Amino acid sequence: MSLLSGPPAVVAAGVDVFSAALRAQGADVHDVDWRPPGFGDPADLAALALDRRRAAANRTAVERVMAAGSRLVDVRPARDVLGLPDRTLLHAGPPIGWDDASGPLRGALIGACLFEGWASSVEDAERVLAAGEVALDPCHHHRTVGPMAGVTSPSMWLWCLEDPVTGGQAFCNLNEGLGKVLRMGAYNDEVLTRLAWMRDVLGPVLQAAVRSMAEPLDVKAVLAQMLQMGDEGHNRNRAGSLMTLRELSPAVVEVDAPSSDIAAVLRFIGGNEHFFLNLGMPTAKLALDAARDVSGSTMVTVMSRNGTEFGIRTAGTGDRWFTGPANTPVGLFLGDYGPDDANPDIGDSAIMETYGVGGFTMAAAPAIVRFVGGTVPDALATTERMYQLTLAENPAMQVPILGFRGSPTGIDVLAVARTGWLPQINTGMAGRVAGTGQVGAGLVQPPQQCFEQALAALAQESRTA
Amino acid sequence: MLNRCCAGVLSLRHSAGTVGEVTEPPVRHVSLRSGVYADSVRLMQVSRDVGAREGVTAVLVAMATPLNLELAAGMGLAPGDGASPDQLLIAIEAVDDDALAAAVAAVDTALAARERTAGPAQAVPLRTIGAGLDALGSDGPALAVVSVPGPYAVAEAADAIAAGGSVLVFSDGVPVEAEVALKRAAHEAGVLVMGPDCGTAIVSGLALGFANVVRPGPVGMVAASGTGAQQVSCLLDAAGVGVSHVLGVGGRDLSEAVGGLATLDALALLDADPATERVLLVSKPPAPSVAAAVRAAAEGLSVPVRSAALSPENPDLTAAVEALLADMGVTVPEWPSRPAALQAAPGAVLKGLYSGGTLADEAMLLAAPVLGDVRSNTPLRPELDLGTDLSAPDSVVIDFGDDALTVGRAHPMIDPTLRLEALARIAASGEPAVVLLDVVLGYGADPDPAATLAPALRAAGLPAVVALVGTEADPQGWSRQADALAAAGAAVFASNAQATRHALELLGVAR
Repeated sequence: MSLLSGPPAVVAAGVDVFSAALRAQGADVHDVDWRPPGFGDPADLAALALDRRRAAANRTAVERVMAAGSRLVDVRPARDVLGLPDRTLLHAGPPIGWDDASGPLRGALIGACLFEGWASSVEDAERVLAAGEVALDPCHHHRTVGPMAGVTSPSMWLWCLEDPVTGGQAFCNLNEGLGKVLRMGAYNDEVLTRLAWMRDVLGPVLQAAVRSMAEPLDVKAVLAQMLQMGDEGHNRNRAGSLMTLRELSPAVVEVDAPSSDIAAVLRFIGGNEHFFLNLGMPTAKLALDAARDVSGSTMVTVMSRNGTEFGIRTAGTGDRWFTGPANTPVGLFLGDYGPDDANPDIGDSAIMETYGVGGFTMAAAPAIVRFVGGTVPDALATTERMYQLTLAENPAMQVPILGFRGSPTGIDVLAVARTGWLPQINTGMAGRVAGTGQVGAGLVQPPQQCFEQALAALAQESRTA
Repeated sequence: MLNRCCAGVLSLRHSAGTVGEVTEPPVRHVSLRSGVYADSVRLMQVSRDVGAREGVTAVLVAMATPLNLELAAGMGLAPGDGASPDQLLIAIEAVDDDALAAAVAAVDTALAARERTAGPAQAVPLRTIGAGLDALGSDGPALAVVSVPGPYAVAEAADAIAAGGSVLVFSDGVPVEAEVALKRAAHEAGVLVMGPDCGTAIVSGLALGFANVVRPGPVGMVAASGTGAQQVSCLLDAAGVGVSHVLGVGGRDLSEAVGGLATLDALALLDADPATERVLLVSKPPAPSVAAAVRAAAEGLSVPVRSAALSPENPDLTAAVEALLADMGVTVPEWPSRPAALQAAPGAVLKGLYSGGTLADEAMLLAAPVLGDVRSNTPLRPELDLGTDLSAPDSVVIDFGDDALTVGRAHPMIDPTLRLEALARIAASGEPAVVLLDVVLGYGADPDPAATLAPALRAAGLPAVVALVGTEADPQGWSRQADALAAAGAAVFASNAQATRHALELLGVAR
């Protein structure tokens, strides 16, 4: 469209006297509410804005994210599928050691040592962990994600998902349910008994069921549909969990196992509103892994927390982590718990927001907004705001109330800096004291430092490219 | 397998047109796409809309489920092996290749189209030009106007280019490397970057920044100089000619570093514009290599291009306008003026107090042969630099619009304070002088400059000559302002060159 083909529609940023003069002439003028960038050296912002690779690289990255699919192909123990050796535990978030670990991560690590039989008591487990006798490594370094503490031990069974587009794989452990659970930092007998049952009954039954299915479960399709059923895919997984139950049930009942075990498995899945989360997360992980290593791209590929630090990675900076101190979520509390009981942000589950759902599709889940302490207009505004942080709208993930607009997908570090708005994350809250379990749910944002470092690194890379 | 809500699938087959005796065999498009998902209701709408197009005989746009593949096979549009239910099947039959290509394109458009609903109760502000253009969704041309602080203007301008829009960057302080990068990107995207530091433009009659209300007409302008463009467009208006567009390119565009990138693109735009019959280039002297490149480009255009680049050899914008009028066979009118019986004191010097940089340059170029070198804060040659001493004796020309004098305050076309202070200081010094000033009217400028200047001229009591740049249709009204200034004793000219020559004559008589 040539500039001179007719009176142009004007979009103006800056001094408003010019817009006023244009309005006086009857022009079609739209002012943006421009503000100085929230952070970032102006020269860095300009270098990235002018990087000739950026537009195409970001398009490549976000299109890979949106094109990726997700098939449930197997259920296997972590020891086999990841080659996870004894005395090695995976955890959520960027790398961390025992000394810096927060209560819920410590609790989950203790519980995992007890579960694996590497320690005979809580004190023994603490000693083993403090002495560094158990290796710790982020889930994300193993194509794996884990909600909350994300602690994954060799005997835990993992969902094995495959992207039919790239052939990539991603893994996630099985969801334990709510309340006193390992991922929230609890490790009492109830927790360990459940983990043992999951190891001995749930895992093998699911493996047999999944392997018997004529066609693998299309997890991405479940995620797309649950957004149209009141879920946002992070803190509300009710519809997704029920659809998963529906899809797995016929295969589960045909597994050669005692009917009491089959019943227990179906009861367990049906009683866990977050059962789907551990399928949604590796679906998002598959998609974002497809966008790794796109040089010149300013898109975020990982947002993740270990309970102490929040870390992000971008498509243009390889495996580098950019970290800052994790914030503490704000929201509603279970029972007598209050803000003082909440641990700082924890879990790999922010992969959902990185993928463009969860907090980014709050508008799809009006039923959850009160649970996380918001209002319906807040939810709509949150999603609207996230469109300005992201590169594309994912046509597969639609938000009905926004006219079936695709979810805001592909967080752009440059857009985060320019708007000064941080990604919105819906999250559960773990008790800060090891052994407590879940205390509530709410909203949280990453620390700005992560994005400041990522911006500087991307600009540096841009200058040397 | 999960039911992909494929309960409703709409397929369409029309009876093929049988106009005439010979019926060409139909042409078909069958493709599968991965990574695209839309619900069946949406796909039904797409199939229906595309099926209604002229020349389309059959359409099926649906997810490639077994059921839908069977449907496609029944229509003779099976995609072959390897289809999977997460792929989107696009199957179209049409009477000829053109209709088919248009139908496939229509599917893309329909899939990309976004349903809009009323916004949320709580409006979310748009923070960037990119977000603003995204929300615009306009059919016509889009233009971004950026006046945020210079270092931040780069990202906003880059947004516009990425979105396929042109941009006017009013901001100064944009690094020259960034200017070059933006203009290169714009050239590749087929859009125009006006500026940075572009204060004046008129696009399809829309006045942007500091610009005058001029009648529409056949002359297009490419301007590396804001007040120069205002002078020229106002004189053309006074001659009854009018302008099609004024495309500002920023003061640095014709420098060696930028190489006239925007000037060349603007020339091409005007060449292709049916409303533009002639082009006038308005600038300060370009770098020689750039001047040659621009000249060569201009010769390759079908529209005639005339240069009004100021230089010692061509010191007169009014003369350039008159030459253009002669090209067009238009009689040069008597330029509007208000004479006054002025007399300069013996030994009087010239005190040029300007708000427009190009007008100040023109005054100096015209004065130099008469008065010898004139010192200035924006000198013609470095050795004539006044530095910060704006109350230096002898003949001087001061540009109050120079960046160094506008830091932290509005441009003198809006805020006359500094210039009025200088006027009072000259009067108080007792040095005999003729005062030469410009007053620029139009959008963006002081709504009534004579209201402050006329009393100040009366108080100064010095012979004053005013170059009043504007049109009758300007919000301030040329005659209204001219009458007020004349009533204060000033001689008023629509032409800065005439005003300058008048001041020089007064000085010559005084010698």
